[in-house]
Amino acid sequence: MVVHGHPAFLILKVEFMADVGSDHRQTVTTLVSNYQYRSLKRWLLLLATIGILCIMVVIDIMTGPASLSFSEVIRVILNPPDATPQQRVIIWDLRMPIALMAICIGAMLGVAGAEMQTILNNSLADPFTLGLSSAASFGAALAITLQWSIIPGAGIFLVTGNAFAMAMLTSLALYGFTRLRGVTPETMILVGIAMLFTFNALLALLQYGASELELSQIIFWQLGSLARASWGKVLTCVIVLAIVVPYFMSRSWSLTALRMGEDKAASLGVNVSFLRLSVLAGVSLLAAVAVSFVGAVAFVGLVGPHIARIVVGEDQRGFLPFSALAGALIMSGTSIASKAITPGVIYPIGMITSLIGIPFFISLILSQRQRHWQ
Amino acid sequence: MKNELAMVLSASELSVQFGSRKILHNTGFDALQPGQLTALIGPNAAGKSTLFRTIAGLIKSRGGKVMLGGQDLSTLSTKIRLQRVCFMPQFFTANAALSVFDVVLMAQKQLSGWRVNEADMTAVAQNLHAAGIGHLADANIGELSGGQAQMVSVCQALTRRADVYLFDEPTSALDLRHQLDVMDRIRTAMRERNAIGMVALHDLNLAARYADHLVLIGAGKILNQGPPDHVLSDPLIAQTYDVAIETSSGPRKELNVHAYA
Repeated sequence: MVVHGHPAFLILKVEFMADVGSDHRQTVTTLVSNYQYRSLKRWLLLLATIGILCIMVVIDIMTGPASLSFSEVIRVILNPPDATPQQRVIIWDLRMPIALMAICIGAMLGVAGAEMQTILNNSLADPFTLGLSSAASFGAALAITLQWSIIPGAGIFLVTGNAFAMAMLTSLALYGFTRLRGVTPETMILVGIAMLFTFNALLALLQYGASELELSQIIFWQLGSLARASWGKVLTCVIVLAIVVPYFMSRSWSLTALRMGEDKAASLGVNVSFLRLSVLAGVSLLAAVAVSFVGAVAFVGLVGPHIARIVVGEDQRGFLPFSALAGALIMSGTSIASKAITPGVIYPIGMITSLIGIPFFISLILSQRQRHWQ
Repeated sequence: MKNELAMVLSASELSVQFGSRKILHNTGFDALQPGQLTALIGPNAAGKSTLFRTIAGLIKSRGGKVMLGGQDLSTLSTKIRLQRVCFMPQFFTANAALSVFDVVLMAQKQLSGWRVNEADMTAVAQNLHAAGIGHLADANIGELSGGQAQMVSVCQALTRRADVYLFDEPTSALDLRHQLDVMDRIRTAMRERNAIGMVALHDLNLAARYADHLVLIGAGKILNQGPPDHVLSDPLIAQTYDVAIETSSGPRKELNVHAYA
């Protein structure tokens, strides 16, 4: 027998104590309107962030050796046939894939970091700190130096395919450790760091035996670059996002519940181990695709979710979209900075994310009164 | 009405062990009536939490069964079972950036659906207000004191609609006033919903005051069960807790329990 509706005793209290009752109703109304106000604020913030992101994309397209004005870019995007062939090539073929790729990769890393932190209950977790990026770098180096393919018949996708396969294998190993009884989040991070050092050592071994040309290829791959962007890769990213993000969204309450501890989530009816397995699979896919396309980009997966946490909290209905948006904003800003710092030179994005992202991140932490990640 | 009368909870021959360590030894309890509050009492590590988890289906028993209204609960999926049996664990990690409102809303929404309608919000606000924590609605659970977190946890559990409610030490971090408030709220809710309530308690006086029925557990076995005056005056309780126990009638005719080392 399940009783539905309001708790009957509340209604009784209201009837018996008329003056207390009106006070009670008023409090309830205040609580509801406070919540509605916060929800509305979150929606407006979401729209504003999306607006800023659109402007960032346009600025990203404007930035480069052949400088274009804001209005030119808008006109060519909205009305392609109107553009000169030169403008069309620069905007549609060269800069647009890079700008969109930056957003997609940022969103992927942001979401991957957010959910990795959630399922491992550790706010230090991200694809980079858990060794996925080093594994991908090692996979790429295997392809570059030895032409070894982990996925048979990878062809022109040899480097990307190897990076992807190594990242997926590493996350499977990570999951194996989470299955061991009594493994704490701290241990998980230590295992991740152990993997990071293992793959760095293996990578160094490959670099030691590599020719100069191969070495420079490996270094270039590791530093991270959006220059390898193409419409095909953008499409791949969009498809991966379109598969993984709706799944995460459908599990948002369960993931939110998981933040209150495994025990509490289980008592609310969450199948914790299945949730961890399925979300880790999604996270690995996101991270592996992102890292294999642009190289080892540090800190986006760590910082993006932290910004989201500070701004909207950890209710997944806000945390998930804002982690994606924060990641996208960081990557888009990085893409702009990589071209704008020295005109004519495109700096590797991995460097920029760390150099610009970290001071910003530290200032955010210092201005933060609460400490959610302890 | 006939159906409601039959809606009792009982358990028999439950056995749980972790590795070689036996927690519950082939034990069970007689039918608990709806609308009544039962206190589960027993010393530390007697198996109180394990018994609750086994009833909720979070731990599997080797043999034995938990029956609710003539139905063997092991025939239900874990998800459905947890919708009928609401279990409040003793601790939760309170460092997340989640507001108290969100935490209670999560129980109201039964973990599904992004859309939150007016009725959901009103129900959550009413529950928060009734629990006396309306002023904390916007606070992050990470900022709460231990006692406040415990009240949020009880409020979250009572927001859910279930046939059986299991509270694992809901008053351990609370001051006197809030202990009485929370116990009163739990007992009232059980009466109003005609639900079966079980509360694990260390405070025997609180158990004597609020419970209709007591279940005594020691070293993984149910040792005694029955009305409070019966269980508390039986020599078994003194043996189980390894103390001398005297009972007396308090100034307001309540049963008082005194323990002497």
